[in-house]
Amino acid sequence: MSMRSPLGQARGLGSAKDGTHHFWVQRISAVALIPLSLWFVFSVAQLAGGDFYMVRHWVHAPSVAITLVLFIVAALYHSMLGVQVVIEDYIGNEGSKIVSLLLNKFLHAIVAVSTIFAVLKVALGS
Amino acid sequence: MAQFSLPQNSKIDKKAGKHFPAPAGAKNVQTFKIYRFDPDTGANPRMDTYDVDMSTCGPMVLDALIKIKNETDATLTFRRSCREGICGSCAMNIDGTNTLACIKGCDEVKGAVTVYPLPHMPVIKDLVPDMTHFYAQLASIEPWLKTDSPAPTRERLQSEEDRAKIDGLYECILCACCSTSCPSYWWNGDRYLGPAILLQAYRWLVDSRDEATGDRLDALEDPFKLYRCHTIMNCSKTCPKGLNPAKAIGEIKKMMVERTV
Repeated sequence: MSMRSPLGQARGLGSAKDGTHHFWVQRISAVALIPLSLWFVFSVAQLAGGDFYMVRHWVHAPSVAITLVLFIVAALYHSMLGVQVVIEDYIGNEGSKIVSLLLNKFLHAIVAVSTIFAVLKVALGS
Repeated sequence: MAQFSLPQNSKIDKKAGKHFPAPAGAKNVQTFKIYRFDPDTGANPRMDTYDVDMSTCGPMVLDALIKIKNETDATLTFRRSCREGICGSCAMNIDGTNTLACIKGCDEVKGAVTVYPLPHMPVIKDLVPDMTHFYAQLASIEPWLKTDSPAPTRERLQSEEDRAKIDGLYECILCACCSTSCPSYWWNGDRYLGPAILLQAYRWLVDSRDEATGDRLDALEDPFKLYRCHTIMNCSKTCPKGLNPAKAIGEIKKMMVERTV
């Protein structure tokens, strides 16, 4: 039991003077994802039933490859920010929180680099 | 810290509840199921059932609680003062919603009226929650006018338009119905300020006479103090005064962005 005064406890460690950047880029990535997601869903629907060669032909177009990479970056960055909020909301134990926050960043980075590599390999391959 | 299940000694003992029937001959009877907890007994909380003769009772839930305390069970403990929705003392969870017992009509509830203390607060006794941390959080935002300019010889002037900006904010009575309805405040209330305190913070941020806007924003800019709000809107839905804390928090976030872009 802490004998610290209620005001001392409420003030805690004070303001982190941070959080607005996270809030703002989450909104920017959300706005970017509106056209990118619509484009992605519409495009994939068009490819339904097609084989690998059809998809490769589609990804070969520079405009498609660039938009796909933009979609991947926006989606995974937005996802990382969102999962970070969920971890901060629900994981109270400081140790578990730090580990979860690190895993969140690492996993999103791995998925982002892997998917961008896959797109480039198909787009730039012969 | 997020805590999703009650500690063992806080769980309601379903077998321990007592039943207090209405007087014989009562025709207009309404049932009240009320949370009871007495720290002195060491027993778990229980739900007591009171059948109240409404023909001799006032119309509001607070009237029924006072009648129960006066006539049936003097041990029932709750806070009340003004009995007209301006002091905020009798905030409690009635029929699943946080509100003021004094302005909640018994006839608004179909069937038995369930009454609990404000959710996710430490309970001192029965319907009395411990508000210490809530009030300390209010003190932490320094809810008073702060100026560096020399004090004028007369009152500090404010245009009608600027005065209108604190409408919908100054009416807050700090009953804590909103904060204790907010899941973010339940899980992270130790650090998150909650809707009531953030509405108070905005009341001073938007006051044209205050000169500490930047310092106030500095103090709020924090992933936990402010940004735990995820626009769940329980606060605005439950406010017994019809205020909109979620909008006030949104306005604070807008001010934060405004000074960075």
